[in-house]
Amino acid sequence: MRTLFYLLQKEFIQIFRNKTMLPIIFLVPLLQMLILVYAATFDVKKINLYIVDKDLSSTSRQMVSKLGGSPFFTITDCSFSLQEGEEAIMKDKTDMVIHIPRNFERNLMREEHNNVQLLVNAINSTKAELAFNYASMVIRNYNNHIITSWKGIPDFKPLNSVEIDDSYWFNPELNYKFYMAPGILAILVTIIGMFLSGMNLVREKEIGTIEQLNVTPIRKHQFIIGKLVPFLFIALFDLAFGLLIAKVTFSLPIVGSLGLLFSFAAIYLIGILGLGLLISTMCDTQQQVMFSGFFFMLIFVMLGGIFTPVESMPTWAQMLDRINPIYYFMRVMRMIVLKGSGFADLKNEFISLLVFGITMLSLAIRRYRKVA
Amino acid sequence: MKRFIGFIKKEFYHIFRDVRTILILFGIPIAQLLVFGYAIRSEIRDAKIAILDRSHDEVTRQITNKILSSGYFLLSENLQSENQIEPALKRGVVKEVIVFENNFGKNFRKEGVAHMQLIADASDPNIAKLVTNYTRAIVNDYVKKEFPGMKMPYEIEVQPRMFFNEVLKSVYMFVPGIMALILMLISAMMTSISITREKELGTMEILLVSPLRPIQIIVGKVTPYLALSVINASVIISLGHFVFGVPIKGSVLFLMTETMLFILMALSLGILISTTSQNQMEAMFKSFMMLMLPTILLSGLIFPIENMPTVLQWLTNLMPARWYIVIVRDIMLKGADIFYVWKETLILIVMTFVFIGLSVKKFKNRLE
Amino acid sequence: MSTKVIEVQNLVKRFGNFVANDHLNFDVYEGEIFGFLGANGAGKTTAIRILCGLSSPTSGHAMVAGFNVKNQPERVKKNIGYMSQKFSLYEDLTISENIRFYSGIYGISRADRIERERQLLRNLELEAERDKLISSLPLGWKQKLAFSIAIFHKPRIVFLDEPTGGVDPVTRRKFWELIYEAVHNGITVFVTTHYMDEAEYCDRVSIMTEGKIAALDTPAGLKQQFDTDTMDGVFLKIARPDK
Repeated sequence: MRTLFYLLQKEFIQIFRNKTMLPIIFLVPLLQMLILVYAATFDVKKINLYIVDKDLSSTSRQMVSKLGGSPFFTITDCSFSLQEGEEAIMKDKTDMVIHIPRNFERNLMREEHNNVQLLVNAINSTKAELAFNYASMVIRNYNNHIITSWKGIPDFKPLNSVEIDDSYWFNPELNYKFYMAPGILAILVTIIGMFLSGMNLVREKEIGTIEQLNVTPIRKHQFIIGKLVPFLFIALFDLAFGLLIAKVTFSLPIVGSLGLLFSFAAIYLIGILGLGLLISTMCDTQQQVMFSGFFFMLIFVMLGGIFTPVESMPTWAQMLDRINPIYYFMRVMRMIVLKGSGFADLKNEFISLLVFGITMLSLAIRRYRKVA
Repeated sequence: MKRFIGFIKKEFYHIFRDVRTILILFGIPIAQLLVFGYAIRSEIRDAKIAILDRSHDEVTRQITNKILSSGYFLLSENLQSENQIEPALKRGVVKEVIVFENNFGKNFRKEGVAHMQLIADASDPNIAKLVTNYTRAIVNDYVKKEFPGMKMPYEIEVQPRMFFNEVLKSVYMFVPGIMALILMLISAMMTSISITREKELGTMEILLVSPLRPIQIIVGKVTPYLALSVINASVIISLGHFVFGVPIKGSVLFLMTETMLFILMALSLGILISTTSQNQMEAMFKSFMMLMLPTILLSGLIFPIENMPTVLQWLTNLMPARWYIVIVRDIMLKGADIFYVWKETLILIVMTFVFIGLSVKKFKNRLE
Repeated sequence: MSTKVIEVQNLVKRFGNFVANDHLNFDVYEGEIFGFLGANGAGKTTAIRILCGLSSPTSGHAMVAGFNVKNQPERVKKNIGYMSQKFSLYEDLTISENIRFYSGIYGISRADRIERERQLLRNLELEAERDKLISSLPLGWKQKLAFSIAIFHKPRIVFLDEPTGGVDPVTRRKFWELIYEAVHNGITVFVTTHYMDEAEYCDRVSIMTEGKIAALDTPAGLKQQFDTDTMDGVFLKIARPDK
């Protein structure tokens, strides 16, 4: 126990003495969170629209002005040639072209049915899908408006219909920041934990001090725990600070129990730090640690469901997620923070993270050899 | 010159001797492509739902069947009462709860209107929106088909036509992004760390007093990473083209030239980082925090730049990857030539010179 | 010269096909300075690492301070000090912090530490530098400090692996004064070096070539045996037996 105390004391002195690392450890992640949370949004706000109105009737013009009046669309240009519209997409001048055919109004009245075409720049598929949905929505609303005014009835309603009510729980405003903030914090904390601990241990190998420690009667678990605890505290501190900033700057609601959240975070981080140390016991240089760490990080983060739903992934990816700690922690963060889920809801995650933590820690202790 | 070649050989040897690092270097782009190409899907599939059917009649059964056979949804549980909704959503498995009112079928047929409620777990707002949209579309479709006579008068049908990528394959978008990411990783990050390593271990001093000129030392350290980057870029392009069918409409030669430019930019950025770092950990965190995450998130790889707040949009202009991604996309998907992308190319060239200039200045300061 | 503190019998260490230590046999007695000489790559460092419990022997038997290095390396480590070629203090800690850290690991009580630290600093005339970072000290001071800290917990034996690499002769001379002082305090010293003048300071010297011990005796005995006046001569004759 006393040995551990001296190990920890030494690590903390070294961490706080390094004036260039301090801001990197404490400030940069939070700055990152702020920037990235604002950057990571699928909320499409501005869609450039190119008009090809070959009809120029009052109906087509009204429809165009409805689109232009919607907050989503900005009309950038118009012409009478579909080809010019297509070229605008080719040159990335516009996101979408609406093509209203000749005699649109006349045919709509005569045949009670007509088409407009939406040409969407689909290089960015998410944006394309959203842009198309928004435009369809505006057109549908306008369509209803036409029907009621042409038919001269106050509100058009089919004879039999189903009225569907949406309600969005836990985030009624559909604020994307609420969704991203816990996810990004989870990633930042993971990076901090894994790389700080991993690179720290290998650094002692590189500069040779580890050999000096290896000839002392220090115990393996003391050494590993001594390398783990300081970074556990730093990561938890970053998490707390990050939550606080998210709360202050964009009023992230924290519905669930903070105690539960931090207990989970501690268990998770022990596993992640253990993984970092495990990697470093198998590497000789910091460069190797970084690369091996990256390999895991990039895959686990992407598969962990930070940006896209895990349910939509193929089976192999979902199987992989069973052993993906980031996946569990991402869920835990969002569930506790946004939904106020309790321990009973998170039993599965608890067991998985616990198993991960114990496995990584014991592997790290086993793999760390005082004998070269 | 002979000495210089010897030095470059030594650097190559250093890197290629380390089999594990090499494996990872080539493994990362392949794994990334697989993950992005096959695993990352923004559309909905197999979303788990719960149903609270208070009516249990023919119509609700038919609608339920329609919803569950659509491929988008899987039934996770049947709820019996309102109180079960919140716990079901809190467990985090169920994305949406569909509630049919009492006497749904009767209301539908007799009263002409029936009510249902969709309660979505909006802790993921996108999924919530997509899930309710899909459900709504399925229900509307059902109503239309059940009552074909109820066709809307004066219906304006919207026909979509997606450009460049008719089926919305996300790979098209990801390949250029992954190239930017990997090249950034290898060129900027590896370079900065390997130079800083020499500083940290004190071997830099030895190199500096050797007859090699500083510029030769830097070029020597950088050359292997240049080679690695070029190989990796080719691997990514070939995989994207042959495995995922991403077209290369423009000239391959031009694509590689632009790629070389981007690599040079990344290498000079790596050198700049190394001149400002005392040890490897510092270099790694600087690269990571200032290059990797911003490259992923601020370059338009995943999140559209247009959606960001104005300040951030302005900030994305500083991301070299942003311009490179535009270039690659335009060349591969649109067959663009230099006249299309001269602006982006010029920006990358200017950035390269700025980074080199700054590093030279820093380097000189250190020597004085 | 009665108690054996190190006993080595038929010690072998192989790395694949390469035999780094080929059937070493020697004993080291309490209170002596035992020199381990040899060219680079002769197997000195491998042997010292085995004796310190940093590396496991392929076969053979080695006892250090009464414990078997193969089965009880942790018991061995309690009784030894070690100073390697690589510099082993933390550059970003002060002298005092390094002392506190290492004595903490060896379980030295606070009172003992304070007393010994005071002595150490006075001895090395570093009282004023107590709170300076190691990185700010000249190399010679660092090495003397590293040695003093390696024996801070009063081990029975201290292993020194080329402790004086890269320092000037005057500093080396001073370093050896510290070694004599340690011996005076009852610590056995096991030292590897490739400086022949340092070999003269040892009580007994063994010379290694290609993983084997080629000769082992007092410096005077060796000179007599090889019929030469200097240790340099001895070494040259062993290294190039044909001449």
